[in-house]
Amino acid sequence: MLNTKDLLGIKELTPEEIYSILDTASGFKDVLQRDIKKVPPLRGKTVVNLFFEPSTRTRTSFELAAKRLSADVVNFSVATSSVTKGETLKDTALTIKALGADFVVIRHSSAGVPHFLSRLLDISIINAGDGANEHPTQALLDLFTVLSHKKKIKGLIIAIIGDIVHSRVARSCIYAFVKLGARVRVICPPTLTPPEITNLGIEVFHNMEKGLEDADVIMTLRLQLERQSKGFLPSLEEYFYLYGLTSERMRVAKGDAIVMHPGPMNRGVEIESEVADGRQSVILEQVTNGLAVRMAVLYLLAGVKK
Amino acid sequence: MNILIKNGRIIDPSQDIDGKGEILIEDGKIMEVRRLKAEGKRLKAKNGKKNSELRTPDSELRIIDASGCIVIPGLVDMHTHLREPGYEYKETIATGTKAAVRGGFTSVCCMPNTNPVNDTISVTAFIIDKAKKEGSCAVYPIGAITKTQRNEELAELDALKRSGCVAFSDDGKPVTNSLIMRRALEYSKIFDVPIISHCEDMYLSEGGVMNEGFISTILGLKGIPKAAEEIMVARDLALCELTGGKLHIAHVSTEGSVGLIREAKARGIRVTAETCPHYFTLTDEALKSYDTNLKVNPPVRTERDVEAIKRGLNDNTIDAIATDHAPHHADDKTKEFDAAAFGISGLETAFPLSLKLVEQKVLSLKQLIHKMTVTPANIMGILKGSLSVGSDADIAIIDPEKSLEVDSSTFLSKGKNTPFHGWVLKGFVEKTIAAGKIYDWT
Repeated sequence: MLNTKDLLGIKELTPEEIYSILDTASGFKDVLQRDIKKVPPLRGKTVVNLFFEPSTRTRTSFELAAKRLSADVVNFSVATSSVTKGETLKDTALTIKALGADFVVIRHSSAGVPHFLSRLLDISIINAGDGANEHPTQALLDLFTVLSHKKKIKGLIIAIIGDIVHSRVARSCIYAFVKLGARVRVICPPTLTPPEITNLGIEVFHNMEKGLEDADVIMTLRLQLERQSKGFLPSLEEYFYLYGLTSERMRVAKGDAIVMHPGPMNRGVEIESEVADGRQSVILEQVTNGLAVRMAVLYLLAGVKK
Repeated sequence: MNILIKNGRIIDPSQDIDGKGEILIEDGKIMEVRRLKAEGKRLKAKNGKKNSELRTPDSELRIIDASGCIVIPGLVDMHTHLREPGYEYKETIATGTKAAVRGGFTSVCCMPNTNPVNDTISVTAFIIDKAKKEGSCAVYPIGAITKTQRNEELAELDALKRSGCVAFSDDGKPVTNSLIMRRALEYSKIFDVPIISHCEDMYLSEGGVMNEGFISTILGLKGIPKAAEEIMVARDLALCELTGGKLHIAHVSTEGSVGLIREAKARGIRVTAETCPHYFTLTDEALKSYDTNLKVNPPVRTERDVEAIKRGLNDNTIDAIATDHAPHHADDKTKEFDAAAFGISGLETAFPLSLKLVEQKVLSLKQLIHKMTVTPANIMGILKGSLSVGSDADIAIIDPEKSLEVDSSTFLSKGKNTPFHGWVLKGFVEKTIAAGKIYDWT
């Protein structure tokens, strides 16, 4: 069970709440393998996908998750909304509430926006990514995926590679894996390392080979291509040379290590195609699991409100 | 109307007074300050007359009983944003000066980042004229260093000085061009007024909304490193040494800045510095709520910095406490954290927050009042912050023991943007006298 009306981040969850979501997701994963994939719990409820940043996969995943639960879904994206006419976030949010939404799934480039909405609205807010803060459902689906392969989280070595400083996925995953007892490492250039990140009880590596040693899970992140022009990196080629995930580098990890990526991938920048498509890759499973996890979150939050 | 303030503890650091006494005000000026022994026996009067009775006033006399209160010179704020002209929806000279007197301030120095910028004598004249007509306390404009604060050419500093500007600053922005800063420090030696520096390396701070550190990491907000301030403090100290100009560092927020200024003062460099209550009261931990009322530039830092600022206040590395009163409309704060405006509405909470320094034994009460009255007045070269005979009757009467809860909805400032809403503090002002006019807040 969940104790709050919102899912703002992994930071706010207890390990028990995390396991409760993962257990529920496991039930929904079975549903998704049936011939008829729709169940009725959210019939009559409205989910609004409020996306201020371009997103295809997360939005589609939430939309499909809500539909599988029989909710009505409305997509509200910036390009087609009155935000481009200068409407404030507050007015947009109040408008959506007035339309009778029960859930707002929010993505925004500014950290803290879900918290802002949570104070403003008494309906459920689900964070689908806020700035460099959190992307909790991504971390939950990553946990789910790792669990299904490794049967446990405690004691695993999780290596997260890439642009950690700008990554909400990295932060949510760090909180999630640390809470459940894994040993988390981040591997990144010093320019993309968040200040004082080791206070979270993780290790920082600037060298790929050292960081990957004995890893059970290798998670590589998308590198935003504009990082080069902002002076974080001299070139994408140099980045790939230093931090690209290649089959050769995979050898220092455990033999049964799994490879994950939150997508969308830049092949040849952060990951080599041979690895992305290789036998250790679970990248497409992550997508399927995302659906089950998002169904679980919607389902459990609906329960809290009653 | 004449006023007699009785039964209070008079503290006037400018004359080294601390004790029971009476103050007589006539025609908006301080006529007499008489100190009493504990048992009520009169001591030598500060006007030089020995043991004479307080002169019996001829006209009507208003008696103020200040029992249990401290009676101090009206506070001087050397760093205020009154927003007028141009941003009257955030604050006006009328509302900003009302907030000032409510906070015990009877003199405020207003920063030039208005619209238009106070870089020409017509804007200065407008501010002075408006303050005379609508203001509740003395207003001293600060002129821009560069035309339209664009870092290209010096504003007409002498003309601004002659029309009433008491200092120069491009506050809100730094003077990024070191050569222009050098010229400003050199040129201002003609009239010996301070150049007030907002120290920020804009390349390092770009896009930042809070202190860079562990808390910015876990909030996913872009940080402003301490180095962004310290680099500019170091640069300006070097330029001050080079030119012999009069430099004042605004809103010191970091341990490193305190160290640089301390070291510069030890070497005899002519620099003064201020900090603001939020920098010795709050740390970045408070931002975990994403409350945009905590968004301020420079940002609130860490416990280490808070402690260093307190040490700097204690050893006079930091000369003065200013408010950096930065009022904003709710619309500018009710936004995404990244998009919200920087600033705290500070006039109405500055003294109670600063009084905590006395409780924490960082400063004596007299030292604190020094840093909020005669010190800033001296830096700005204005004849304020003193109860000396003949001065304007600018007085704050404060009960240092009475606790009250801060309620931003009652602020007289248009800016309700305070992170201290709901805090219970001691030392709110009971009465303010500004140029002989009494404001009763009880």
